[in-house]
Amino acid sequence: MSEKEVDQVTGVSTTGHSWDGIKELDTPMPRWWLITFYATIVWALAYMVAYPAWPLLRTATTGLLGYSSRGEIKKELNAAQEAKAGYIAAISSKTIDEIMADDTLRSFAAAAGAAAFKVNCVQCHGSGAQGSPGYPNLNDDEWLWGGTARDIQQTIAHGIRYTEDPDTRISEMPAFGGMLDSRQIAQVTSHVLSLSGKADGAAPADLAAGKAVFAQNCAVCHGEAGKGNRELGAPDLTDAIWLYGATPAAIAAQIRAPRHGVMPAWAGRLGDTLVKELTVYVHSLGGGR
Amino acid sequence: MKHGIGIVLSGALAFIAFLGAAFAVDDLFRQHMWIVFFVLIGFTALLMRNADFAPASPADETAYLDEPIRYGVIATVFWGVVGFLVGVLIAFQLAFPDLNVEPWFSFGRVRPLHTSAVIFAFGGNALIASSFYVVQRTCRTRLFGGDLAWFVFWGYQLFIVMAATGYLLGITQSREYAEPEWYVDLWLTIVWVAYLVVFMGTILRRKEPHIYVANWFFMSFIITIAMLHVINNMAVPVSIFGAKSYSAFSGVQDAVTQWWYGHNAVAFFLTVPFLAMMYYFVPKQVNRPVYSYRLSIVHFWSIIFLYIWAGPHHLHYTAVPDWAQTLGMVFSIMLWMPSWGGMINGLMTLSGAWDKIRTDPIVRLMVAAIAFYGMATFEGPMLSIKAVNALSHYTDWTIAHVHAGALGWNGMITFAAVYFLTPKLWGRERLYSIRMVNWHFWLATLGIVLYAAAMWVSGIMQGLMWREYDEQGFLIYSFAETVAAMHPYYVMRATGGLLYLAGGFLMAWNVYQTIRGRVRDEAPMGREQPVSGLAAQPAE
Repeated sequence: MSEKEVDQVTGVSTTGHSWDGIKELDTPMPRWWLITFYATIVWALAYMVAYPAWPLLRTATTGLLGYSSRGEIKKELNAAQEAKAGYIAAISSKTIDEIMADDTLRSFAAAAGAAAFKVNCVQCHGSGAQGSPGYPNLNDDEWLWGGTARDIQQTIAHGIRYTEDPDTRISEMPAFGGMLDSRQIAQVTSHVLSLSGKADGAAPADLAAGKAVFAQNCAVCHGEAGKGNRELGAPDLTDAIWLYGATPAAIAAQIRAPRHGVMPAWAGRLGDTLVKELTVYVHSLGGGR
Repeated sequence: MKHGIGIVLSGALAFIAFLGAAFAVDDLFRQHMWIVFFVLIGFTALLMRNADFAPASPADETAYLDEPIRYGVIATVFWGVVGFLVGVLIAFQLAFPDLNVEPWFSFGRVRPLHTSAVIFAFGGNALIASSFYVVQRTCRTRLFGGDLAWFVFWGYQLFIVMAATGYLLGITQSREYAEPEWYVDLWLTIVWVAYLVVFMGTILRRKEPHIYVANWFFMSFIITIAMLHVINNMAVPVSIFGAKSYSAFSGVQDAVTQWWYGHNAVAFFLTVPFLAMMYYFVPKQVNRPVYSYRLSIVHFWSIIFLYIWAGPHHLHYTAVPDWAQTLGMVFSIMLWMPSWGGMINGLMTLSGAWDKIRTDPIVRLMVAAIAFYGMATFEGPMLSIKAVNALSHYTDWTIAHVHAGALGWNGMITFAAVYFLTPKLWGRERLYSIRMVNWHFWLATLGIVLYAAAMWVSGIMQGLMWREYDEQGFLIYSFAETVAAMHPYYVMRATGGLLYLAGGFLMAWNVYQTIRGRVRDEAPMGREQPVSGLAAQPAE
């Protein structure tokens, strides 16, 4: 306890108390501070009159502006819906070929498809549609099941090996592990590599043997020259694109016990219109035919 | 007998943990109880080795009870370094997901370990220790309740150990900042009531006629945290021998309860009692009177009245009714000036002593802490405005905001308090090294700037990317693209955290050497630059 005294530095008197040597000045509250404090209170009261604020027994005051967050989002969604309504109606009533032929519709559908792609497709195909091991790159010219707009539409709508959809695309490369011995698998692997101009150092005799194995077992789907067959979803083996890896080991593994990727059918989930939009987008990625 | 009660209590708790392990109905509870059992058995053994069977000499009832405070300072430094370390780990986990080591060290388990370690272990120990120190000195009386202060200290450490080990095992009730399950909550309640008894008892037998402002803040902290903790954690356990419980609230009521708690944990754990620290340590360190008594009264009561309503601003644009969102927002806006009242009172206490910023790095820490407090309490009301929140919510901007407050305000004012307390508590003339405090200040400041700047940019970028539409009204970015875009900022943030952690290690070393009684041979601060303007003047 000490007496009130005047602080030398500030010229303000203390309150006369002291705790462990700490004294307090009797400075008035800063005016700007007080005024700003009052201003925020006035603003708060005004805001509470304008917006929903006071809880009543069953509801709450709605405020003079009639604002509600649900109402706002509804308004925004309706506005967005309305702006798109004409395009969407046109896309839904036209065939994919007609849409592709109409510049305005095509560019709208590509934008809509791009947005839908980011939500539904990027998980497997990547946000740049660049694919990843086991999931095809959609930017290149290689199409397992065909790259025309109609082919793409069919693939998106009904999926690949998606057994719940009767129209799904089906193909199943057999597991040659039970039909060919390891030596033959090694030979045919060397041959397959040689189709795209890669040598794994195999002896010419082995390569020739591999070619024979290929002609007997593989050519029926992949073609004599290994060019593939889009009707069957059989990939072209002469290019540099490998869904499951380009190493001899990866190719041999695929011959022995092939993996069969599944793509879901999207027509049921997204509807025909969105599938068309996705088709236009995927077709526009660069590889479309 | 010295430690007699401690041995009995700790042994009895170990036995209860043993029973819990024996009758456990789920594996997690069994594992957790075994851990608690071995911790307590070890602790009991430690007490018994140090037991003294001579009749206890009567405690000097006139002297301050400072030994638990010494332990508290050491615990503060220890848990601080642990908490910062875990923070750096999870920052790197976000930047490089391969660092998630399943299952115990995955981000989901380590993140609450970080938040609890820094808030409750580092912050909590700092608050308990400093409140015990401040209340004795400003009431001129010994702590009330004898060894109860020891129970508070060790009981709180047990709470920390139980919470931390539970998180790593995967035991959580998934309530933010209140993750520990029901039995840990019950234990904390007991410890907290003991804390309240010690503190209030000391206030009641004070020898000063008036209660010092710091003690109002400490009191409101202890009382309000008790209320928040009990209500938010109301739950029904599946079994008294099981880890799992179900909240007493459901749906939107549960959400509002959680954020009523969550926001007031920020208010009454991270703001109010740290203001109490400010109100004691700043005037002591700069040796100046507190700027304005009237301001302290008005900003205290307006903080107490307004803060408690602001929680719903964490739930803007959710299923919480509009009127509750309005409430949360307008109370947050009104909080701006009451919060700044503390900043004004802290900073203006330096009037007449501003030169100390140049010579005393502890004052530097204090001023920076108060400045960060001011920034965070401006940013908070701003983020609570619905239009701003629409951009900021769920983004890293919130993380930037929290860390400007936590690292800047809570961290730095605590460092200042630790540097103030250590020489006093161990009777040393001064700290081992003042220059190391200065290094700590700069490491921490640079760390915060790097951290907060990175998260501000990343957060605003994230929010803008989420809402970016093309001219036809379609979203531009996929979620994965927004995550990929944040990678460089995550690396920057982790680097900032590393600097802050380095400061923590420096503090630990400085405190350790001070306790050992060492003094570093170094040039004093602020003397090295000659006052050039004057020295260059030719003599007249």
